[in-house]
Amino acid sequence: MNVSLMIESLPALLQGVWVTLELVVAALLIGFCIALPTALARLHGNALLRSIAVSYIFFFRGTPLLVQIFLVYYGLSQFDFVRESALWPILRQPYWCALIAFSLNTGAYTAEVIRGGIQAVPSGQIEAARACGMTPTTTFVRIVWPQALRHSLPAYGNEMILMVKASSLASTVTLLDITGVARNLVAETYMPIEILSMAALIYLAMTFTLGQGVLAMERRLAAGRS
Amino acid sequence: MQTKLLSLSIIAGSMVVSAAQADTIRIATEGAYPPFNYIDESGELKGFDVDIAKALCEEMQADCEIIAQAWDGIIPGLVTGRYDAIVASMSITERRKEAVNFTRPYYQVGAALVAPVDSDIAFEPGRLDGKVIGVQRATTYANLLAGEYPEATVNNYDTVENHNLDLQSGRLDGVVGQAVLMQEWINEHGKGAYEIKGEPVLDVDYIGEGAGIAVNKNNPELLERLDTALATILENGVYDDISASYFPFSIRPQ
Amino acid sequence: MFDLFGFGHLLLQGTWVTVQLALISLVLGLGFSLLGAAMKLSDFRLLRFAAGVYTTLFRGIPELVVILFIYFGGVVIVNAVARQLGYDRYIDVSAFAAGVAALSLTFGAYGTEILRGAILAVPKGQVEAARACGMTSLTIGWRIVLPQVWRYALPGLGNTFLIILKETALVSVIGLDELMRRTEVAVGYTKQPFTFFLTAALIYLGLTAIVMLVQRKLEQRANRGVIARSAV
Repeated sequence: MNVSLMIESLPALLQGVWVTLELVVAALLIGFCIALPTALARLHGNALLRSIAVSYIFFFRGTPLLVQIFLVYYGLSQFDFVRESALWPILRQPYWCALIAFSLNTGAYTAEVIRGGIQAVPSGQIEAARACGMTPTTTFVRIVWPQALRHSLPAYGNEMILMVKASSLASTVTLLDITGVARNLVAETYMPIEILSMAALIYLAMTFTLGQGVLAMERRLAAGRS
Repeated sequence: MQTKLLSLSIIAGSMVVSAAQADTIRIATEGAYPPFNYIDESGELKGFDVDIAKALCEEMQADCEIIAQAWDGIIPGLVTGRYDAIVASMSITERRKEAVNFTRPYYQVGAALVAPVDSDIAFEPGRLDGKVIGVQRATTYANLLAGEYPEATVNNYDTVENHNLDLQSGRLDGVVGQAVLMQEWINEHGKGAYEIKGEPVLDVDYIGEGAGIAVNKNNPELLERLDTALATILENGVYDDISASYFPFSIRPQ
Repeated sequence: MFDLFGFGHLLLQGTWVTVQLALISLVLGLGFSLLGAAMKLSDFRLLRFAAGVYTTLFRGIPELVVILFIYFGGVVIVNAVARQLGYDRYIDVSAFAAGVAALSLTFGAYGTEILRGAILAVPKGQVEAARACGMTSLTIGWRIVLPQVWRYALPGLGNTFLIILKETALVSVIGLDELMRRTEVAVGYTKQPFTFFLTAALIYLGLTAIVMLVQRKLEQRANRGVIARSAV
């Protein structure tokens, strides 16, 4: 083990941390905005909305993320109309392609998490809320959603950690996230063990911190229940 | 009794087989660098590098196994002993010599900048500033750009195929790659739309002194055998025959 | 029909490699899961600690990094250990072996937690009752505990296998000729990235659907009797 090389590689790898963090946070936010309407469409939508939601979830949960990124990044540029469209300034950038693929992917998984959370709310509560004269919207906002959030938190915490790990695929479309920097360094130094362990340690620190944060939040929410 | 003898002879036979296998030379190539090395529709490795490797093995009278290996891991794979040699259009550079040994060069081709016909970028100071240029990760071309054109944005790709796809999609202002390979690609996929800008660069500091065969540092015998065989096929016409079947011009090292 | 510019059969060959990779990783991964769960539930602190380190590592590091590490670093480590043990010949860690190692260890890390939860979910009273009936520990494990652990763990294990199946695509990065790598080769040849990546996506989708069907059948089988009673 060449420890000095590991230390030397740290500044470059830390630059990659920013790219990774930016991608993960943005993808989780956008993914959540996709997930909520998808989960609602799947549970309460008409036949058309429901089948759209189901196919979306099935496709993005049933195929590898790597395929999804390549479809967005290389696949879309096969078509002239995409390259001539107004969206091209966005789609030509690897950053946005990775972000789009990540968001759609985590959106599909998160939709299932939210659906589980909503379904875990006892139907008696909803009936009671209706009987008190609450509108369906008020019932959802006041009764269902707060509980659904609490039910979904553990599973959503897992999904956040999976997203951090999945973000390493950004390196396959030229982005210099932690893994991208590490692969370039391996190519320069021919010292894979040192560089990759350093990258692994950084990821571990990120996922561990995130895991502890979710646990702390679960405890806080559980405290309110008793 | 007879079955016992039979099984004994089978064991003996299998020992011979494994001894012979120990003598096979494992050669790595990339398999994504047409026409130098690539995988065809039937899944087989083909190309100039592959033919040269086969010719060398025939000359050395050795059994060879040629395997495909991702480019950015090809030197680590040799260093760790996954295979014995690399015949994959690898330029001989000082940096790589720190990790592996090289035979004499078996061909020499410069680095070319390829861009759309109407683009005015060039290998000149300031002409690449702010441009997005694609290169393959872990190549001499990446070093050339980093050393001479620090103001250019360089995107690293896993394969040449991928940076060419992105040149076509318009994501890249240009790519820097091996001149013959890029010319071949223009002929096949980009005639009239893309061209090589100016003269290919032959800067030894970055591009090296040509493509050589890389051998593990702890295997000087193989290096010598390969060098001798290479000298022979360069002399006896085998090299020229292979070269002529791929290129209408000479890429013989100077 | 499945010609695809002459690359259809290569894609099918790649699919077969993908299936092999996933299935071997499943079998080994189940072994790691059992071992990990046993360690987590053992009375020895050291074993519990080791299992904890194992699950934290493999659930916290991206699979792509694990695959790259095992492929590049695994060779060095395996050969150093072998030399210590007096074995001089070179041992290769192929892309396939590295992929199986990375994926089965990952499966094991998730499986450990799933099995641990499932074992703890078996009511203690049942084990005590079985012992009171005179069953040996082995019989109790085989007849009472395992069938229920299987039932509790099936959904989780099935989902983990689906994750592993999709992660086989990452092994293409180290050059294994599985479905994804074959697809990239075809794309390089034909310059039809959308067509081929979509085809690959549909093949993966088909594999996922098959696994989900098998999982449902297995769950139905494991739950027979249980559902009948709760329906009353």
